[in-house]
Amino acid sequence: MLETDFGFLSWNVVSGFIIKGFIFSIQLTLAAMIGGIALGTALALMRLSGKKPLVLVAAFYVNTLRSIPLVMVILWFFLLIPLLIGRPMGAELSAIITFTVFEAAYYSEIMRAGIQSVPKGQVYAGYAVGMTYGQTMQLIVLPQAFRNMLPVLLTQTIILFQDTSLVYAIGAYDLLKGFEVAGKNFNRPVEMYLLAAATYFVICFSLSMLVRRLQKKIQIIR
Amino acid sequence: MGNWDWQVFCKNTIDGEVMPRCFGSGGDITYLQWMLSAWGWTISVSLLALMVALVVGSLMGILRTTPSKTLVLIGNAWTELFRNIPLLVQIFLWYHVIPSLFLPLQQVPSFLLVVLGLGFFTSARIAEQVKAGIESLSKGQRYAGLAIGLTLPQTYRFVLLPMAFRIVIPPLTSESMNIIKNSSVAFAVSISELTMFAMQAQEETSRGIEIYLAVSLLYFLSAFAVNRVALFIENRVQVPGMIGGGK
Repeated sequence: MLETDFGFLSWNVVSGFIIKGFIFSIQLTLAAMIGGIALGTALALMRLSGKKPLVLVAAFYVNTLRSIPLVMVILWFFLLIPLLIGRPMGAELSAIITFTVFEAAYYSEIMRAGIQSVPKGQVYAGYAVGMTYGQTMQLIVLPQAFRNMLPVLLTQTIILFQDTSLVYAIGAYDLLKGFEVAGKNFNRPVEMYLLAAATYFVICFSLSMLVRRLQKKIQIIR
Repeated sequence: MGNWDWQVFCKNTIDGEVMPRCFGSGGDITYLQWMLSAWGWTISVSLLALMVALVVGSLMGILRTTPSKTLVLIGNAWTELFRNIPLLVQIFLWYHVIPSLFLPLQQVPSFLLVVLGLGFFTSARIAEQVKAGIESLSKGQRYAGLAIGLTLPQTYRFVLLPMAFRIVIPPLTSESMNIIKNSSVAFAVSISELTMFAMQAQEETSRGIEIYLAVSLLYFLSAFAVNRVALFIENRVQVPGMIGGGK
């Protein structure tokens, strides 16, 4: 059994290599969460609209993205976006677009379940007081759907944060990359991978504990 | 976006010459052959990891429902550990870290390390489903088993598990489809599977769209095949009289 040696670790290592990647991972997670929930909600509304073309488009979008590995989606966008806009695009920006589009497919399934969990009577009540479809959705259905689905949306976001490590495929500088580069520089890859695992674990485990607590609170409100 | 060029698959991987019948001769291979062998790696990694995940995941799921506090704690710790570290980081741990801490593991081929990594990662998810399946059975079933004098293992073997496993087949189906998608992270440790093929062949031929399309289609087909097999099993073992059980 080999010894590990964390003696080389210092604030300079952390601030020089890891913080930069950590910030990008957080940015990517937040951007994809906000954009993904917005786009995902729109897709969910399309699928529940009952209008055939809208249902088909949304279903195609969601099912296609859900049947391809995320790594392949990342590679696809990194290949296609430069062809479409006619100039190269950085790995970081490409990752943000990819994750937003990809996560929307998953968030839309959660939002669809959330909207369906709101009793039909709520919709009729909205129409009965003279609201339009848009108003009913915006003022009555969606707020309840969001609240019911909040724990699931947050759990999906924790998965999203873990998945951001896959930008490795296109070489973007994220949290994992930060640890890897530091490990290469100091010739201590084993220690740095262990630290990476510990860091992800602490973040994801604490967040999932918080989500669990929130879930209990929401159950009481219901 | 240029024109399609599907001939790229018939090109020899060494000199880029188009081979007459799309298959190389004398040890040379075409991109088509390379892709098919990569597909084989994807399927092998996925199936072996699925077996590891089913065995370990069921065991951990069962532990989490036993009356013993220690066993519950072990099952819970296992699940949280493997659920809260990204899969890619876990694969790196198996490939870079564990062999250098436990030297005998350096003899193990990296293919098997990836199988273990992917299998243990998925086992946490399967443990979750198995636990939920056992807990969905009424408590009375457990008590009935114990009351007629079965030991705890016998109660699990003859009363609880035969029901629980049939209940969890649908969620296990989606985990089996996920495992094929997740096997794509093996590219990061140089396993010559589909994603690795896609990246390298794209670089060598610059026909990324054709290659990515073919690879995406193969992933889709594989997941679809798993889905059909699982549906077949589900129909064969469905519990009469339950919702969705029919007959």
